[in-house]
Amino acid sequence: MIDLGHSIGLTHYLAFAAALFTIGVFGIFVNRKNIIVILMSVELILLAVNVNFVAFSVFLGDLVGQVFAMFVLTVAAAEAAVGLAILVVYFRNRGTIAVEDLNIMKG
Amino acid sequence: MISIAAFWILSAVAVISALMVVSARNPVHSVLFLILTFFTTAGLFVLLGAEYLAMLLIVVYVGAVAVLFLFVVMMLDIDFVELKQGFMRYLPIGGLVALILFGMFIMVTSARIEAKIDPNMLASPTPDVSITSNAKAIGEILYTNYILFFQLAGLVLFVAMVGAIVLTLQHRQNVKRQSVTAQTARNRKTGVEIAKPKTGEGVSL
Repeated sequence: MIDLGHSIGLTHYLAFAAALFTIGVFGIFVNRKNIIVILMSVELILLAVNVNFVAFSVFLGDLVGQVFAMFVLTVAAAEAAVGLAILVVYFRNRGTIAVEDLNIMKG
Repeated sequence: MISIAAFWILSAVAVISALMVVSARNPVHSVLFLILTFFTTAGLFVLLGAEYLAMLLIVVYVGAVAVLFLFVVMMLDIDFVELKQGFMRYLPIGGLVALILFGMFIMVTSARIEAKIDPNMLASPTPDVSITSNAKAIGEILYTNYILFFQLAGLVLFVAMVGAIVLTLQHRQNVKRQSVTAQTARNRKTGVEIAKPKTGEGVSL
């Protein structure tokens, strides 16, 4: 029987959130061309932030963290909606979603 | 004991599926792994005792955001093989940054901090679960102390909805549309014409 530790503390949840956040940043780095996966990586990062908020809220015994996590969730949903709308318009104009040549607005 | 095993299983599945999100070849698989990540994280929230946020995560993320991603991925005709190029090129620098970042996070989270928390200093202490459920406790402070922020969150969603519609709505030029003003502005003079065609000839419209 492997030793799983005696109890799950705040540190475990923070480490889990750190892993999710790091994977999100890694995803932005390696998927430089695919903006859909970049948006998904941003969702992963926001999820990691939410895990941090909820873990601190529970272990501190303060409910405000969970209320704030709800607002983060709201902003993440709005961001995904507007981001994907911009993506659809960009695809309609250019016929591709490669973001590497996304410098038409450069002066 | 069960809760400890549940934590390890759920977090391992979440981390592995998050890795699959960023490394899957097909974006549809990425979206499905994203849904799996959200589900397992919701399980972790249940484990923490934040049931309301767990249900919200499933409803909002799986029900709305992930489905939105799925729609966009399937609607746009994209050559995904071409987009996958450069994965190996950016892998070393991305892996290095991720490694350094993760090391820093682990150093911070594993630091032992002795913090004295005064229960009287908490903004809204969590009531005992036997008295008030998690959802009810959140509702009691959300609709009283944080009503302004709640309404502003609704405003953010409204603006995002209007913005998404304005961005993606397109009026096609060659499609016949109903023009209510043109219909109601018609009168007898413009709508009716009396013609007396000769036999064997038609009327010109």
